[in-house]
Amino acid sequence: MLLSECAPGQKGIILKIDSEKTLKQRMTSMGIVPGINFELISEAPFGDPIALKIKNYKLSLRKFEASHITVKLEEKQK
Amino acid sequence: MKKIALLGNPNSGKTAIFNTLTGSRQHVGNWPGVTVEKKQGTIQFDNLKYNVIDLPGIYSLTTNSLDEKISRDFLIEENPDLVLIVIDQTNFDRNFYLATEIIEMRKNSILIFNMHDEAEKLKIKVDVQELSKILNIPIILTSAKYKTGIDELKNQIEKSLKKPHIPNIIEYDFTFENYILEIEKVLNSENLFEKENVRWAAIKILEKDELHIKKLNKNSENSINEIIQKLEYDLKEDSSIKLSEEKYNLISKISSKYIKKPEYKERVSDKIDKIITHKILGIPIFIFIMWLMFTLTFTIGDVFNGYIEAGFENLGEYFSTVMPENLLSSFVIDGLIGGIGSVLVFVPNIFLLFIFISFLGDIGYMARAAFVMDKVMTKIGLHGKSFIPMLLGFGCNIPAIMGARTLESRKDRIITILVNPLMSCNARLPVYLIFAGIFFPNSGGTVVFSIYLFGIILSILMAFIFKKFLFKNEQSIFIMELPPYRLPLANETLGEALRKTLMFVKKAGTIIFASVIIIWFLASFPAGAEYASEESIIGHIGRFAAPFFKPLGFGFWQAAVSLIFGFLAKEVIVGTMGTLWGGEAALSEVLPAFFSQASAYAFMIFTLIYTPCVATIATIKNEIGKKWMFFTIIYLFVLAYIVSFIVYNILSFIW
Repeated sequence: MLLSECAPGQKGIILKIDSEKTLKQRMTSMGIVPGINFELISEAPFGDPIALKIKNYKLSLRKFEASHITVKLEEKQK
Repeated sequence: MKKIALLGNPNSGKTAIFNTLTGSRQHVGNWPGVTVEKKQGTIQFDNLKYNVIDLPGIYSLTTNSLDEKISRDFLIEENPDLVLIVIDQTNFDRNFYLATEIIEMRKNSILIFNMHDEAEKLKIKVDVQELSKILNIPIILTSAKYKTGIDELKNQIEKSLKKPHIPNIIEYDFTFENYILEIEKVLNSENLFEKENVRWAAIKILEKDELHIKKLNKNSENSINEIIQKLEYDLKEDSSIKLSEEKYNLISKISSKYIKKPEYKERVSDKIDKIITHKILGIPIFIFIMWLMFTLTFTIGDVFNGYIEAGFENLGEYFSTVMPENLLSSFVIDGLIGGIGSVLVFVPNIFLLFIFISFLGDIGYMARAAFVMDKVMTKIGLHGKSFIPMLLGFGCNIPAIMGARTLESRKDRIITILVNPLMSCNARLPVYLIFAGIFFPNSGGTVVFSIYLFGIILSILMAFIFKKFLFKNEQSIFIMELPPYRLPLANETLGEALRKTLMFVKKAGTIIFASVIIIWFLASFPAGAEYASEESIIGHIGRFAAPFFKPLGFGFWQAAVSLIFGFLAKEVIVGTMGTLWGGEAALSEVLPAFFSQASAYAFMIFTLIYTPCVATIATIKNEIGKKWMFFTIIYLFVLAYIVSFIVYNILSFIW
């Protein structure tokens, strides 16, 4: 599943990042790396960008960028 | 002089540390990347002075953004004697990522664990002694906000400058470490890097850093490529991503061993965010905040404006009683007092606007504004982050254009800069206030607001056109931190606003003073011509240019002259009019004889759009080059002419 397809409130783990180098490095330096847990907190007005919680901080990114990130959702969902 | 570099993530409190150390007033912002300038200060021990350099706030030392490149180049080329790494304790895991890169460079360092007050509140505990021991880096706990730990930090700086602490090597997971060792072996055999830099070079090569790969020779490049291919095959991941992943694993290990923190609980910040960035409420809240900011700026400002205006009038009257009527008295009263007074009147407005902008940045709202507005901004060809430079443009286009450096992609940055002058800066406000006050006495506020809105709409339109025609296929990035809300210190916010206001006054003081002298000279000569009459030199220049402005409704020489001088600085327009028509107080009687409501409005629109001031143009050239500078000058002038022409003709038809 892609991160861009997740809904607010969903939690999961990041599996893979597939994009060109600049975007990839930008994501990893901000803490988006495979194996990290995330929670999708909210969507901005008009549904884009989205806000993520990673560890104990918040990041925002566009859905387009999130569409390069493969994730696995937590089994137990609300 | 020995050099000390200050490095850290945006929002780590780095600039506040810098201020406390050096005592100079600098900006403490919450918007990622506010520190784009290289700021310097000095610190003194035993009569020895050291240079402290505040590097831009960054997340890593790759070279994807200008800020990262600036910092990295500084660390490599200038080779500072000591690196102070500022870490937000409440966000150790991400903040420490940058620190690992400095550790790998093996620079003499001190770790500053800042935000100690917040960490205590959140019950985060760091085992300073043990962590410091395994890293071989001194760690100092500080709170820049409450000025705690600063003496300890100063002591440690002094000690570290005398006796450097070179960080220990941090080892990765066994499998990954082996790949690093293999690359090191190749580099060693070819003698490509200095011995102490080999490990760092090996890691950078795994990160696919072009600067390091460029230094390889054929032989080593081939063998290293083989190693990387093997790594990527074995670990099924790109080597640069794997490296980041390993780094974060390492940090997690360190963090769980030496830092105690309770489970994450919902914080006040999260609750505020639920409302501020709400899907439906977000934009109305944003618009409300902007509206509030401008309303307060002008209602509070007006109170003070009256006093200043009265003060200058009295001053003028005083001089006219004590000085005999001659060339000198006309210079002092008409030129100096009239010209400078008409500009200083607006200082309260400018100061207030700067206070609000600083406050919104410091508190953390600017990042939310970018988040909330990104979709809309993208639709019109800009970027959520362009929003801040656009907003700053209402204060002054110069810092605004420099602020566009936070935009990572070329396309977003250039478009943001090109349309920025359409954000009506404070210097243009005097023109609107004068004209709106005289020609629209009952709806002045609305008229001024409509001019600002006009600028905003035009900037949207132009951004859209530029995106469509100049940068069709370029991509942009929007990954940004949403920092926790933090209440700034009143004196930091006020100090910053004051500093910027003084900058404005200084600019007004110098450029305007100079232009006032030139105007006075041109208006007083040739000898015998009545002051600022048509027979004066300036009258001739104006008469020559006037017909050109006739189709816009203000084809008389005084308007032409004012606009020509407005090119020096837009605040000079009103000053010039004051000089040409015998003082600002006289304008309300004189102007209606020249302007109709329609041409007054067209004049305001022309002032809004036409070629920005000299200083702004110079800034554009510095930021994006000569080509775009000329482009801006021409497109804005043409746009101003066309739009004013249309506005004038429509309005004179309606009214």
